[in-house]
Amino acid sequence: MKHIKYNIKHKKQIVKFLALILLLTVSVPLMTGCGKSGNGSGERVVLNVYNWGDYIDETVNDLFEEKYGIKVNYETFATNEDMYTKIKSGGGKYDIAIPSDYMIKRMIDENLLNKINLDNIPNYKYIEDRFKNLAYDPNNEYSVPYMWGTVGILYNKTMVNEPVDSWKILWDEKYAKQILMLDSYRESIGVALKMLGYSMNSDNPEELEAAQNALIEQKPLVLAYIGDEIKDKMIGEEAALAVVWSGDAIYCKRENPNLEYAIPKEGSNYWFDAIVIPKTAEHQAEAEKYIDFLCDPEIAFKNTEYIGYSSPNSGAKEMLDPSLLNDKTAYPDDEDIKNCEIFQYNESLIKTYDEIWTRITAE
Amino acid sequence: MRFLKKFYTFIIFFFLYAPIVVLMIFSFNNSKSRAKWGGFTFKWYAELFRDDEILSSLYYTVIIAVISSLVATVIGTIAAIGIHNMSKVKKTVVMNLTYLPVINPDIVTGISLMILFIFIKLDLGFITLLFAHITFNIPYVILSVMPKLKQLNKHIYEAALDLGATPLRAFWKVILPEIMPGVVTGALLAFTLSLDDFVISFFTTGSGVSNLSITIYSMARRGINPKINALSTIMFITVLLLLIVVNKRTSRKENA
Amino acid sequence: MKTRWIATPYIVWMIIFTVVPLLLVFFFSVTVQTDDGIVFTLEHFKKLMEPIYLKVLLRSILLAFVSTLVCLVLGYPMAMILASSDLKRKNVLVFLFVAPMWMNFLLRTYAWLTLLEKNGLINSVLSIFGIKPLNLLYNNLAVLLGMVYNFLPFMVLPIYSVLSKVDKSVIEAAQDLGANNFKVFTKVTFPLSLPGVASGITMVFMPAVTTFVVPRLLGGAQFTLIGNLIERQFVLVGDWNFGSAISIVMMILILISMGIMSRYETESVEGGFFG
Repeated sequence: MKHIKYNIKHKKQIVKFLALILLLTVSVPLMTGCGKSGNGSGERVVLNVYNWGDYIDETVNDLFEEKYGIKVNYETFATNEDMYTKIKSGGGKYDIAIPSDYMIKRMIDENLLNKINLDNIPNYKYIEDRFKNLAYDPNNEYSVPYMWGTVGILYNKTMVNEPVDSWKILWDEKYAKQILMLDSYRESIGVALKMLGYSMNSDNPEELEAAQNALIEQKPLVLAYIGDEIKDKMIGEEAALAVVWSGDAIYCKRENPNLEYAIPKEGSNYWFDAIVIPKTAEHQAEAEKYIDFLCDPEIAFKNTEYIGYSSPNSGAKEMLDPSLLNDKTAYPDDEDIKNCEIFQYNESLIKTYDEIWTRITAE
Repeated sequence: MRFLKKFYTFIIFFFLYAPIVVLMIFSFNNSKSRAKWGGFTFKWYAELFRDDEILSSLYYTVIIAVISSLVATVIGTIAAIGIHNMSKVKKTVVMNLTYLPVINPDIVTGISLMILFIFIKLDLGFITLLFAHITFNIPYVILSVMPKLKQLNKHIYEAALDLGATPLRAFWKVILPEIMPGVVTGALLAFTLSLDDFVISFFTTGSGVSNLSITIYSMARRGINPKINALSTIMFITVLLLLIVVNKRTSRKENA
Repeated sequence: MKTRWIATPYIVWMIIFTVVPLLLVFFFSVTVQTDDGIVFTLEHFKKLMEPIYLKVLLRSILLAFVSTLVCLVLGYPMAMILASSDLKRKNVLVFLFVAPMWMNFLLRTYAWLTLLEKNGLINSVLSIFGIKPLNLLYNNLAVLLGMVYNFLPFMVLPIYSVLSKVDKSVIEAAQDLGANNFKVFTKVTFPLSLPGVASGITMVFMPAVTTFVVPRLLGGAQFTLIGNLIERQFVLVGDWNFGSAISIVMMILILISMGIMSRYETESVEGGFFG
């Protein structure tokens, strides 16, 4: 008898608990003023934007909505390839996306992007000339730059007593287990190719094999192949040398003054994230308004302040702290980046890269 | 012996909670980096409440987790009972198919579901996300309920029928209470899986519907903003409070 | 019994959402897109047979096996303790056991980094006692720790749910017949808990084979596992065919090993409810 009584109480307890949870879940939207549920709510135009995580100042979308009355549905992706896979399969009707250089080239080649009418983007005039007519979009028809930077070596001045000017230092046994490499084969194989004096975009099988062997040789010296944790690791002085993006280097240097950034003399990678309009866009005109809004110097300034990466927008640069403008890490001269290349997309190379990476990481 | 039990429990719980405590502490860190302590601050909590995107993700995460785990628990429990009584051959086939979402890497489940939805011309959004979550939750419910069914004495069901109960009443009053720990376990596991799913959710959602995992993993390139630590801390405290409240109410009932 | 038909809603759901996608994956694994259209082929499976990929597969299975074993060894006592605690505390403890899993996985793993790093919290505490910094990260131990951390509840909960309702009278009978605690456990309790153990092993081993985020974050991505190989094929390389082939092979391998295990389980469990 007692056994059955407990079971009934038990059930009631569970039902009450569930009711409490349901109540909470219903009250959350009331607190946040109704989440962005559903689409196409009547007459208001809705713009679907697809961007990297934490890659826009949190007030920008609200300001855009206030100015134009266009609602923004904001979604995020973690890598170019995730975004590409989704868009290519038809899995999302995005009006705006912000991929990286090589991915834009790929999307142009595969006819996944709409042309942008620059006449509708008066603020385009603020994009510096040296960021126009880039290799991946030579006629500026499909993209507008958003953020840019370089790849280089971040090192701890207290742990490295020699000048850092060559990729070869990452192969120096003196720094065994003090080296951090990026967990991304494009960057890592690129670094190896540059170290050997070849082009980052090489498709020569011998050069690629040399790069593969160099990376296999380097493996015992590498502490780890990691992603964004590289920043905290360097700030925490867990390693002496790391391959990083310039934007992250700016942040690291600020958090730990022992750190310094250098672009090796062999040259490096010069990257861009740019705004594009995918073919699945349903609101071309509104999308172009959004791009124009992002190029407004005030907005571009907000973004570069929040994100901490380098802006291609001259108007935004004028508002920056002069010490940042003079920092070669954030805004290198043409001289510093003369050997830098932009990644190109090469379909046939991808499989080779994957096989190379598998071979490096199989042992 | 009692001391040993307590000690072991303490060690395991310490192991489980050490990272949780760490991440809660860092929600008050003035520096964005987890590598150094920049001083105590509440600023991340303030920034959290200004961030519509994160709050919207939170809303969808909780709703999807609650609904999908409830639906999966109902479908899964009923299915487990049905499967349990199948012939050996049928049971093996069905169980092996049930294992598939558990075996498959998330990317395969995610992409194949995405293609399925596109193929049947269903727009990616809340509904597709919900369907996807229910799909990967059900096997865990079935796997949790099955052992309880195996443990069950089949004669009590027949005894209840003999005593004049309808099958439904026999189920409700006799079988369900016996398998309840399995059902609750299944629901808990389903809820847990749903809260933390990234890959499958990424490929099966759209129309501005995002969940917390997507928002957080998307920060992978940039570094996880401590706003997320703040959010997790709030979520955790909420769960703890809920537990305390429910516990107080049941102990009051038992003392009554 | 009429009850077997009530599984129908699930069967329908499963056909739509599990079987159809499975057929899609199977389709990708046996075809290839050539200039003349789609052609049937076994070349993807052949590619998988290369030694380098077999090494990757073996490593993944080994890691999953060890993780499952450790989860079982650590988790079974925990399940027993949970099951034997008094009613009021039991539910609270179970909830508290699962609650850490509700925090985002990435966040928790990063917290482990903070704990295990050279200049991390554990080493900082040890240095107070004058102990030199230990190398706790980017090795097999760290990976195993991460795996167990993530999978332990999936092992503990099903075992707990079975143990919590073990018929006390059976245990009392065994004790009356003169069995000591050890014998009671090995001859009565453990065999009765096997269905829970089987579920626990299933829920840990299967996903563990294709897991790769923990080895990547805590192992320093030094090794490719079958999980990241598959993900790379689908997302980075765009070779859905090869990715599907690897998945199909994995599915078959795991199902076979589960099949062998379940035969062992059926033979050793006496009685029960076999409809």
